[in-house]
Amino acid sequence: MNTTSRGLVLDEDLLFEKSQPGRIGYSIAELDVPQVFPEGHFTRGEIADFPELSEVDVVRHYTRLSTWNYGVDSGFYPLGSCTMKYNPKVNEVAARFPGFSDIHPQTPEALNQGALKLMYCLQRDLEEVSGFPAMTLQPAAGAQGEFAGMLMIHAWHEANGQKRNKVIIPDTAHGTNPASAALCGYEVITVASDGVLSKEAVAAVMDDDVAALMVTNPNTLGLFEADIREICELVHERGGLVYADGANLNALMGISRPGDLGIDVMHFNLHKTFSTPHGGGGPGSGPVGVAEKLRPYLPVPVVVKDGDDYKLDYNLPDSIGRLKSFYGHFAILVRAYSYILSMGGEGLRRATELAVLNANYIRARLEGSYDLPNKQRSLHEVVFSEDALENDCHTLDVAKRLIDYGYHPPTIYFPLVVHGSLMIEPTETESKQAVDEFCDALLAIAEEAKVTPELLKQAPVRSKVKRLDEATAARKPKLRWGQD
Amino acid sequence: MRYLPHTDVDVQQMLDKIGVSNIDELFSGVPEDCRLKRPLDLPAAKSESEVLLSLRKLAEQNATTSQWDSFLGGGAYNHFIPSVIDQLISRSEFYTAYTPYQPEISQGTLQAIFEFQTLICQLTGMDVANASMYDGASACAEAVLLTVRAGKKRNKVLLSNALPPQYRETVTSYCRYLNVELIDIPLNSGTTDQDKLIELLDDQVAAVVVGYPNYFGLVEDIAAIAEHTHAHGARLVTAVPEPLALALFKSPGELGADVVVGEGQSFGVPLSFGGPGIGFFAVRKKDMRVLPGRLVGETLDQDGQRGFVLTLATREQHIRREKATSNICSNQGLCILMVSIYLALHGKQGLRQLAEVNYAKSAYAREKISQLDGFDVTFSGESFNEFVVTCQEPVAELKKRLEQQHILAGISLGRDYSELENGLLICVTEQNSREQIDRFVKVLAGGDAR
Repeated sequence: MNTTSRGLVLDEDLLFEKSQPGRIGYSIAELDVPQVFPEGHFTRGEIADFPELSEVDVVRHYTRLSTWNYGVDSGFYPLGSCTMKYNPKVNEVAARFPGFSDIHPQTPEALNQGALKLMYCLQRDLEEVSGFPAMTLQPAAGAQGEFAGMLMIHAWHEANGQKRNKVIIPDTAHGTNPASAALCGYEVITVASDGVLSKEAVAAVMDDDVAALMVTNPNTLGLFEADIREICELVHERGGLVYADGANLNALMGISRPGDLGIDVMHFNLHKTFSTPHGGGGPGSGPVGVAEKLRPYLPVPVVVKDGDDYKLDYNLPDSIGRLKSFYGHFAILVRAYSYILSMGGEGLRRATELAVLNANYIRARLEGSYDLPNKQRSLHEVVFSEDALENDCHTLDVAKRLIDYGYHPPTIYFPLVVHGSLMIEPTETESKQAVDEFCDALLAIAEEAKVTPELLKQAPVRSKVKRLDEATAARKPKLRWGQD
Repeated sequence: MRYLPHTDVDVQQMLDKIGVSNIDELFSGVPEDCRLKRPLDLPAAKSESEVLLSLRKLAEQNATTSQWDSFLGGGAYNHFIPSVIDQLISRSEFYTAYTPYQPEISQGTLQAIFEFQTLICQLTGMDVANASMYDGASACAEAVLLTVRAGKKRNKVLLSNALPPQYRETVTSYCRYLNVELIDIPLNSGTTDQDKLIELLDDQVAAVVVGYPNYFGLVEDIAAIAEHTHAHGARLVTAVPEPLALALFKSPGELGADVVVGEGQSFGVPLSFGGPGIGFFAVRKKDMRVLPGRLVGETLDQDGQRGFVLTLATREQHIRREKATSNICSNQGLCILMVSIYLALHGKQGLRQLAEVNYAKSAYAREKISQLDGFDVTFSGESFNEFVVTCQEPVAELKKRLEQQHILAGISLGRDYSELENGLLICVTEQNSREQIDRFVKVLAGGDAR
């Protein structure tokens, strides 16, 4: 049974509060060349209030901070849409090989063949998983992948002499979708979906001004967009393209390939599907696969194979350009490639199957106690509403109470189409026992809502801090130490 | 497979509970014509030892900064990384967590970000910094978007030609389909041409963007550029590719910049073939509410204890969707930690001392090379740890010649600057010993150092 206790929670001041004048935490080799200084009017005085700490101070500081966090290694982390699967340790070791971590991006290609080969092989593997013939690994995260994809769509229309200014996005979409479309100068047309997107709903808004449809498959309700082939055909007939948000690819590996369905461009989230760590917020990695017709617009440089040599090709005259410095989050790419090597093709499919099994099992266990608005067969995640909760208890209260039971809460209040969403994505790396204990906790909380709702309202009581005053934080922002 | 915990018994019990007879039935929502009818054509799973072996083989084919004498910079810098950093970021409570959406169990990440925001403000001389962007180049692009957003109807942005080329290219991509006119400011002796800047400035200009230090390692006259820029009501964006310089040179904030962005890789983040890096982004108070990206603020919990939360989220995509200040969702969480630990270790004295070492080493190399026949230091201005030399020998040949002696000579400037076809951008940091520099100079001069 997963339980929590009120253990020893160590307090810790800010770096700046711990600082002691004259303390040092570094060592620098003695200067072996003549000391010279810039002219005085260029130089700055000492940086006011910059910390002064010993190495021990710093180590203890961050170690204490770490204990206030909850990660996948701490326990079950069913954050919907984020695919918080286990982050294999061998990936961490490999990414730290000096041959990967200590290479400068401007080293001549002939001296970086191993790095380029790894990128090339990863591209090929991602192409096979997704069904797209071409790939860029450059985007730094999913949202930047979306942006890259929409730029390519824009460039393609432009090359075809089309001036299209609208993008259709279902109401279940991640917020990044409309934001990325807007960044490419598009007007966003939101289309209501009834669980899944219907061909009719798309047809009603599809016209010659629409550049693209952006769709997430399976969508954020965990439902496969069953009409996707017809919808792609319809959009293509009217001259548009289809973008897929690949955030939920963990539901499809080895089962269905977006590139085979008529989708023109899709981003991956390597930090979701391919097990790279979420890092407390990042860095992520958002490669983008494209159909053949979009290949000329890929960001530069692209990694190519020329005979036995791997190269960075900058010669793409129609490219959308670059989205960041250098070639992508290489250290994350190493981890994802290590994951694919470890899993193999069969293992990836098995991961998908078990992720879907776990989500459906949770659904089966909770369906009678929590309201399930969409009854269709769902895949890797399940979304409940707050409608069955009693005594004015809400999704937020359930989430906070889960913390007392020792869990990271699911995603809450997203997708927006479900009233008080509780979006649960277990992933494949959780055992039946872990999933059962989590379900037991949620069932106990549903019962508490009936009998002792104050336990939900007061929660969490076992965490480092209790509920925080977010309203004041936003009204009177204090965004740094030492200034009011 | 060792990451997949299900036994056959588990699977059967779960299927029974769900009420289906096999796993395939769970995929009944995926139409037949959407199914892949064959296994994925990928190699079979490897054991852990095999994975490590094949990755090590790839790693061994790369020229590392530890085995080669590297004089490469240009936006990615070879600095020493204290052992503490990797030990601490390997605490899996940090690296296996995600965005601190649930603040009660994310105070470690949140306090670390709050401290990072403070450190960046102190370093840049600005009021408010966000919780990081992807890298310096994309932060620079987001800064341009901020100035256009905040500049009301102004839609021209002047980009210094001395900005790193990858920054200019990224800005260009970001503005590709927006109503923003990007105009280059030419070079004058390697820095932003101020006379041309004055000519280009008008009341349609939302921003002037300059590097500090710029791509050639030179220290721009930010105060003068700020004065010209502000005279026309525009914002000055200062992009900092090598932030160690800020420990030695006046901060952009002190000199009048309105937005300071840059790349934090220098501070404890491995080179890793160019990524991940970490973009930082700082503004004046007046622009706080149009900032892109996440922000952490201080507040109190129900018992009056100090705590930290994500705040001002109404700027962001998950709330505002197409009206958000940016599409960015993730930040560079783990790299924030690397940078913060690095800055905390070096602190007030160490960072300054390290910057002085970089300055002195670079000055030493520049002086030595300037004495060689066939090499001229191209620009005479004050520089930090990089400088440009003009070579008589074709740069490509020269680089090849040095590679034979295990030296990575620098970056050829010809591809990005036609007027600098014979230019070589050389970077010298604390990682380059005097012995290395002397050998470099000797080989440049045609000697053999093997």
